[in-house]
Amino acid sequence: MKEVIHLPVQNVEEEEYHINMGPQHPSTHGVLRLVVSLQGEIVKSLKPHCGYIHRGIEKMCEKDTYPQIIHLTDRMDYLSAHINNHAVCMLVEKALEVEVPERVKYIRTIVDELNRIASHQLWWCSFGMDMGGLTCFFYGLRDREKILDIFEESFGSRLLHSYYTPGGLMMDIHPDFQKNVKAFIKYFRKKIKDYDELLTGNIIMQLRTQGIGILSKEDAISYGVTGPSGRASGFACDVRKHHPYGVYDKADFKEILGTKGDTFERYMMRMDEMLESMKIIEQLIDNIPAGDHTAKMKAVLKLPAGEYFQRVEAARGELGVYVVSDGNKSPYRMKFRSPNFSNLSVLDHISRGCKIADLVAIGASLDYVIPDIDR
Amino acid sequence: MNSFFEYFTDIYRAVKSLLTGMKVTGRYFFSPWEIVTQQYPENRKTLKMYDRFKGEVIMPHNEHNEHRCTGCGICETACPNGTIEIIQAKIDMPDGKKKRIIDKHIYHLGMCTFCGLCIKACPSDALAWGQEFEHAVFDRSKLNKTLNQPGSSIIKDIVE
Ligand code: SF4
Ligand code: SF4
Repeated sequence: MKEVIHLPVQNVEEEEYHINMGPQHPSTHGVLRLVVSLQGEIVKSLKPHCGYIHRGIEKMCEKDTYPQIIHLTDRMDYLSAHINNHAVCMLVEKALEVEVPERVKYIRTIVDELNRIASHQLWWCSFGMDMGGLTCFFYGLRDREKILDIFEESFGSRLLHSYYTPGGLMMDIHPDFQKNVKAFIKYFRKKIKDYDELLTGNIIMQLRTQGIGILSKEDAISYGVTGPSGRASGFACDVRKHHPYGVYDKADFKEILGTKGDTFERYMMRMDEMLESMKIIEQLIDNIPAGDHTAKMKAVLKLPAGEYFQRVEAARGELGVYVVSDGNKSPYRMKFRSPNFSNLSVLDHISRGCKIADLVAIGASLDYVIPDIDR
Repeated sequence: MNSFFEYFTDIYRAVKSLLTGMKVTGRYFFSPWEIVTQQYPENRKTLKMYDRFKGEVIMPHNEHNEHRCTGCGICETACPNGTIEIIQAKIDMPDGKKKRIIDKHIYHLGMCTFCGLCIKACPSDALAWGQEFEHAVFDRSKLNKTLNQPGSSIIKDIVE
């Protein structure tokens, strides 16, 4: 006769169990796998597993020449492609001691800010969708389309532009660029009110985000959380303000800082940043000086042997590019300090003790882009 | 009494915030002229891409089936992905010398990342962006294109 085995009776209430959120979970916005330990509905701890979309970009850079590297940086944080390009271009220009024309600096700054607005618009879409409001997604995408049209007209593509080259720009801006940008700003100033009415003031959204996922200033600094997520905790880390590049020093804008560091504050940071970006563009768009769209560059770019570092403020935080050159036409070692990787590292810390539904909101407010984490 | 009052103000605030949101959606529902979707593929005939749109790399030919490519291979080296393959041929010139010309300019569309470096690098402006974007095919080998047309030759005034 078969012996009956009695398993010890477990208290299901107190038992911790693990679930996989991702790699194909819609709220992770990409192929990120979070192994979440839950007790009931409460998050006990969480482990991100990266690498599902690792392409070895840093290693690929070692065989490419500097102009060729640009198109790889597009594919890291694809939502701030222009800004990533800017980092590498400025690094090469700094190393070769090339002074780029003033016109290039103006255009780059304006395009960077447009890129930041487009990125924040898409973030708003997906934030609304993660909170259960699908309507937000369509309104956000509708307005983002206006920027993408401007990009397409001037640079030929919508997402991965490869528009900047070391020393300047691939081509000059389209003759209609200034007119269209001004029309967009007029349009978007009206439409951003819809965003506030639809989502910011919504009681469900407020209750689900206020006081949830609090990140203190000290933790933000020690984890290296930058960008809007870090500034929501009061960490003044805006590279545009503290280490100005391009023509940011000529524009008058505020560095938006929060105090509470909760999910709602991180949301508000980006909403306010869109307004600030529009302010920067408005100040610069009429003052683009005439001139050449590229500086004189050698056919083959060889950086003098040494180490170089350049940082920029990408849409999600501080992007650092570090190059060790041995004097050849491709880098000996290239390292990217990507903002999303550091921002993700804090997710475990701030989501402990939250409900699993809050984890989705916290993740959405950190706004991670997975290809930038894995590179 | 106080909590009783708060209970109702909370309900009032909640309903108000929901109605504000629904006002926005309601406004768009009743103003269909604000619809922004393009009716693709029905609008295929009238759909025009921007001049600078990066659809694919092409080699423009003139009406005499002539292009500007000298077969120098600079685009091949400029490309980061090995998308372009240049096959050269040698022809005998009337003065007895040999000259290299382009035999096949092979472009693997499936490997192209549309960075534009080849077009920028070409010394004789032989390449340009095409506006075609419907690239879906059933067989991958159809994406390997030969850019110089059969029987084409180089425009006379191009010097290397
Ligand atoms: S666009 Fe870039 S990837 Fe495509 S063929 Fe030209 S150089 Fe190569
Ligand atoms: S397309 Fe231009 S760069 Fe390429 S082989 Fe022909 S002439 Fe040279």
